Amino acid sequence: MNVTIKVRRQDPEAENTAPFWQDYTLEIEDNAVVLDALIKIREEIDGTLSLRCSCRSSICGSCAMRINGHAGLACKMQAAEALQEGGVIEVEPAGNMPVVKDLVVDFDLFWDKIMEVEPYLQPQGPEPEQEYVVSNESMLHLSGVTACIMCGACVSDCTVMEVDPSFLGPAALAKAYRFTADPRDGDDEGVSKDRLEQLNAPSGIWDCTRCLECVQACPKGVAPMERIMAMRDQAIEAGFRNTNGARHTEAFSESVEQSGTLDELKLVPKSLGMTNIQGLLNYAPVALQALKHGKMPPLMHKKIDGIENVRRIFEKVDETER
Amino acid sequence: MLEHDVLVIGAGLAGMRAAIAARANGASTAIISKVHPVRSHSNAAQGGINAALTDRGDDWEDHAYDTVKGSDFLGDQDAIEVMCRSAGRALIDMEHFGVTFNRDDEGYLGTRAFGGQRRARTFFVGDFTGQALLHVMFEQLIKSGVRRYEEWFVTSLIIEDSQVCGVMALEIRTGQVYAIRAKTVIFATGGLGRVFEPSTNALIVTGDGMALAYNAGAELMDMEMVQYHPTTLAGSGVLISEAARGEGAYLLDKDGNRFMQKYAPNMMELASRDVVSRAEQTEINAGNGINGCVLLDCRHLGEALIMEKLSQIREIGIDLVGVDMIKEPIPIRPGMHYIMGGIRTDVDGQTNLPGVYAAGECACVSVHGGNRLGANSLLDTIVFGERSGNHAAEASRNVDYVEFNVEEAVRNEEKRIQEFLDRPANGDRIASVRLGMGESMNRNLAVYRNQEGMEESLGDMEQLVERYRTVPVENKGKVFNTDLVFGLELGFMLDVAPSIVVSALDRKDSRGAQARTDYPDRDDENWMKHLVVRKGETGPEISYAPVSITKWEPEERKY
Repeated sequence: MNVTIKVRRQDPEAENTAPFWQDYTLEIEDNAVVLDALIKIREEIDGTLSLRCSCRSSICGSCAMRINGHAGLACKMQAAEALQEGGVIEVEPAGNMPVVKDLVVDFDLFWDKIMEVEPYLQPQGPEPEQEYVVSNESMLHLSGVTACIMCGACVSDCTVMEVDPSFLGPAALAKAYRFTADPRDGDDEGVSKDRLEQLNAPSGIWDCTRCLECVQACPKGVAPMERIMAMRDQAIEAGFRNTNGARHTEAFSESVEQSGTLDELKLVPKSLGMTNIQGLLNYAPVALQALKHGKMPPLMHKKIDGIENVRRIFEKVDETER
Repeated sequence: MLEHDVLVIGAGLAGMRAAIAARANGASTAIISKVHPVRSHSNAAQGGINAALTDRGDDWEDHAYDTVKGSDFLGDQDAIEVMCRSAGRALIDMEHFGVTFNRDDEGYLGTRAFGGQRRARTFFVGDFTGQALLHVMFEQLIKSGVRRYEEWFVTSLIIEDSQVCGVMALEIRTGQVYAIRAKTVIFATGGLGRVFEPSTNALIVTGDGMALAYNAGAELMDMEMVQYHPTTLAGSGVLISEAARGEGAYLLDKDGNRFMQKYAPNMMELASRDVVSRAEQTEINAGNGINGCVLLDCRHLGEALIMEKLSQIREIGIDLVGVDMIKEPIPIRPGMHYIMGGIRTDVDGQTNLPGVYAAGECACVSVHGGNRLGANSLLDTIVFGERSGNHAAEASRNVDYVEFNVEEAVRNEEKRIQEFLDRPANGDRIASVRLGMGESMNRNLAVYRNQEGMEESLGDMEQLVERYRTVPVENKGKVFNTDLVFGLELGFMLDVAPSIVVSALDRKDSRGAQARTDYPDRDDENWMKHLVVRKGETGPEISYAPVSITKWEPEERKY
């Protein structure tokens, strides 16, 4: 089939170093993936096009890039599927990382964040002579996370990193979960607690806005956001309740359990901390605006009819968790 | 000045294991790799890693015998003993490092069956064992504090008075050339799959280390032994793991017959790889295939098992050929996968060049002989990576750096690279030269070989080397010039490809992966020996080396 690959290029050595679009029109096999087209361009049309790629089977993580605006592996994305109107496929470098040249981005910051989570197993206590005896389920669960190939697709499309580069981000946090959920790593009072304490700090697990972009971008089904949510539970479980996020979570669930709906008026002070005067004052302008526009939640929060059914759900959840 | 006691080239499993071992032994250690370590090709190993664990009734000698038989009795038995004895410890070390191996119902390490072995001793993480091991090894590398040169491409080995003094390397991101001094150098650069087209191998697998060592005078051994894997996808040649057959998948001809009955009535689909690939090729040649393929049928394994243990190859089938193995058989065929041969070493990774070591696929110890068993390659990388690292650290302890003129070396290398970049356009392309080489090799040095075809390829290689002398590099820039890197890689491939052809022509029998239609039988009287290749004045020169036999006398091979 005939396709036009529109590539966003950039050359730091050129006179004009600004990014520009270049179109390549070529013939590819019907079942080709986007990478096949890029390799064909590089080999037969334009050798100056730089990109990373290696395994061609979604395992080395080299060829993550934005295809039609969303991050993914070029070796996994079918060209026919990516085809837009007019037979065009748009290809750009991965986001949230500086461009080195063309489709090659600088991964230094990506790896710095991975290093921050002390990414290696830290067992405590005596090492067994043979293997650690652990359940197959626990290992299968972890393998769902260790399937991460560090391609950077999740980081590329993370909406928090876009505005706050200090955020640890989905890849590093998924990596952290790989240890906090490993029965062989640390113990509850030692390394495991230290890890969660660190992750609980600003730029950690509570900074995710749950936009789901990372889950969608991940080519390996790692679902980083779900791992971040699981670590929030782990942190609260380990006694780290003194964060806006933890308080918000608890206040949210308390309100729904008590009344069946969200008491928005109480949620703010409860999340920030009732004695956090400075924090509460910061919200005053928002409250005034809401009042002005008639958006203020009612002062008296009412229970819904059938609240006992909601509470039964909570009881059921409590039981299964125990 | 960049200088290290031990410099490891290549950061796959063997390289990282070597670096960690050298560092643990107190040597100042660095690792240099043309890609980030986790992008290395060890990733692609899917099925598992072999080890005989005595606490569950297995015996390393049984593993060793299966390996010897798999090698068609060309593997060195002293080296195979070392590997199989060390396997249990190496496996448990990896588990302790954090690998999430699948378990049995009691929580102990689980196993699956694999080809050419009489017992299930392959330990695994789903169907991405190599990736799981590689990422954990990288975690340990971080922890060890080894200096890492990531995305640096080694362009030459520096040898003065037959002593290694270091390497020249190109920092890909900047285009800068550096000299790195080293007391010892360990090659762990992997295989040379891209010499063939198609191949299961990643695009980075270009025989760099073999070529660098060979050009410096190192011996290569068993280079005629090229493994064609029985289950690769048509077109791209991407691998479908032996784990599928390990879990019970069938191979079918166009009429749905399990043809392995004719070739290996006992082991069926789990005969050794050379045997299965020949059976498939024979059926395809006889017209019993479909579009040059036979079928891999997993349907009877059921969705649950496939999703738990084979989920990634299922994805590959869906992504690349649009076939869901839960519902339909996948068309597969034999495809170039691995080279048993490589830089000749002893069991500590030492080559014939003082201070130069090799480990992993780029090395030939020889533990695989004529044919490697599935899941022995991961084991090979870890066992011999560690041994090389230990030995190199020890050897570096009481020696000084060999002096060489660093400025001059950098100037010369810059000049050489600049001359390559300055070549005028002549209508030829690097990719087209590589394709010519790959297709010729795959035509004549595949599952079945003969004199005439191989001579044709030898002629092709000579012509391609000529074309290479003038082929231009289109990208003239310094920053991340992948075109230049491909050009240099192609040079390495053309340096070693002829050694494969020359060895295969010289060996006048059929053994392991070498099946010659003009010499169809194994001839132990004349050819129970290793072929050793050295770079001579006019091309590869062959000599012979004996095969080490400790316990197991050669016998006829039946599965």
